[in-house]
Amino acid sequence: MSEALLQVKDLKVAYGGIHAVKGIDLEINQGELVALIGANGAGKTTTLKTLVGMIKPAGGEIRFDGQPTARLAPYHYVSRGLVLVPEGRGVFPRLSVAENLLMGAHVRNDKADIAHDMERVYHLFPRLKERQAQLAGTLSGGEQQMLAIGRAIMSRPKLLLLDEPSMGLAPIIVQKIFEIIRMIAAEGVTMLLVEQNAKLALETANRGYVMESGRITLADSAASLLANEAIQKAYLGE
Amino acid sequence: MNIDFLQTPRGKLITFAVLGIVLAILPWVLTGGFENGKSWVRAVDFALLYIMLALGLNIVVGYAGLLDLGYIAFYAVGAYTYALLNSPHLQAMLPYWLHNPPFLLMLLIAAFAAGVFGLLLGTPVLKLRGDYLAIVTLGFGEIIRIFMNNLDRPVNLTNGPQGINNIERVHFLGLDFGRPVEWLGLTFDMVHLYYYLILAFCIVIIFVTLRLQHSRIGRAWVALREDEIAANAMGINIRNVKLLAFAMGASFGGVSGALFASFQGFVSPESFVLMESIMVLCMVVLGGMGHIPGVILGAIIVSITPEILRDVINPLQEGLFGKRVVDPENLRMLIFGLAMISIMLVRPEGLWPSKRRAREFHEHDEEARA
Repeated sequence: MSEALLQVKDLKVAYGGIHAVKGIDLEINQGELVALIGANGAGKTTTLKTLVGMIKPAGGEIRFDGQPTARLAPYHYVSRGLVLVPEGRGVFPRLSVAENLLMGAHVRNDKADIAHDMERVYHLFPRLKERQAQLAGTLSGGEQQMLAIGRAIMSRPKLLLLDEPSMGLAPIIVQKIFEIIRMIAAEGVTMLLVEQNAKLALETANRGYVMESGRITLADSAASLLANEAIQKAYLGE
Repeated sequence: MNIDFLQTPRGKLITFAVLGIVLAILPWVLTGGFENGKSWVRAVDFALLYIMLALGLNIVVGYAGLLDLGYIAFYAVGAYTYALLNSPHLQAMLPYWLHNPPFLLMLLIAAFAAGVFGLLLGTPVLKLRGDYLAIVTLGFGEIIRIFMNNLDRPVNLTNGPQGINNIERVHFLGLDFGRPVEWLGLTFDMVHLYYYLILAFCIVIIFVTLRLQHSRIGRAWVALREDEIAANAMGINIRNVKLLAFAMGASFGGVSGALFASFQGFVSPESFVLMESIMVLCMVVLGGMGHIPGVILGAIIVSITPEILRDVINPLQEGLFGKRVVDPENLRMLIFGLAMISIMLVRPEGLWPSKRRAREFHEHDEEARA
């Protein structure tokens, strides 16, 4: 088998004296949807931020698309195809929906393709099309999440990292967001999904990692994790 | 008036034609219509220089959202670059091929020199924002002025507080802009010639800023202004984009400064005090930050109003009280200041803001209505 799209070996991250990530291994293959679940403070967000270069690792190796990413400046990651949809969405509140989407395409230079991708995003999120002239800050939480995902798609990611897409949203909106995540996955976009809503995440993903205080404690297919009694007790509330 | 008509191609053409004719005959109307017409043309020339400055500062403050209180330093760099290369003061020390460079090349040199200073300012302040940035830029502006004031020793570079005089006028297209020219039965004085020259460069700068606004760079500046972290996550190289804003804004100031030096024939540190930086910032904010027509309007109002007040205040005082009660110079600035305060209170978004900015300021009104 060829090399995985993302390979993480013994990744360590420290903030000051605190070791948030204590040597984890991760692998994501082309076309997979992988969930990373765990309790608050387990180090999930830190892991994602490190993967896109927002935090420098204290040790270990990250290889993306066959190349190490250690020395890259943060803005290079997007053009390499590694895109994060941050926790809390991070849309530009005072720009319109359409302008936000264009920002996502900043690293690209092909006007016709960008226009085509805009249509694709509007097709995925008809709601955004309706509101394309509206300022992003006036959108509801769910719409902002859609916009953040749409904007990330605009940069044509090879690997899309989603940080807590369900955070702060009403259950019905969460269902909708996950429907869209499945649709994007069906289009062949590889994704790493960090979620506190473990049940929903595992029902959506192919594989899953469980993270506990900075370490990966379990790695398995999503179906087996869902069936795992310890997981059910700790994360699924059953 | 029907605004929609102005948006049609024909409407635009007519607007531009009218605007073109007005701009072409403006200096003649002023010289023909007023007793002291030439000084009015002179005031308009300065207004055009201020438009360039305001548009340059608008890139830094309006587009990229970096508050710069020392912008006049770049005007100074442009002016002194022109002065040093085009006056006898330093020429004895310079190699012959550096004397009086061709005009367009000279402007490029001035723009480049100011741009380099823009980078000099930009590099240490990359991590600063808002009030901290304002303080550092303020200091930078003062440092440049103080340098110009004191660089007459040990080597007399800037001639200190006396300034540099005998600066050559522009020689361009076979014309000496310092001498009157007869053409079509009209006498083109220096103020007229400079009017057209500065107007031409003003139009070039307006065109460049318009193009920049809708370019990739323009969008990157907006992203930077709105949210630096999110901009970084979009793959925007924050450092380069910021430095580019500083350098680009500075180079506009440099061009404007070079034209200023050649027009005045004299430069001294006094022309580049903090008040000037603040005035240019006022033009940008008062007109409508980030919106080119607004910034132009702001520059015209802020630079011309004091001139108008100068002519109006004395007759007014004498008419009302029979004598001069207050020194006109003080009263002028008082009225001007009050006007600015009231405009900012009534229209915080500026006189002619972009639709976006107007919307930001009135979002709450809309919500209240809805």
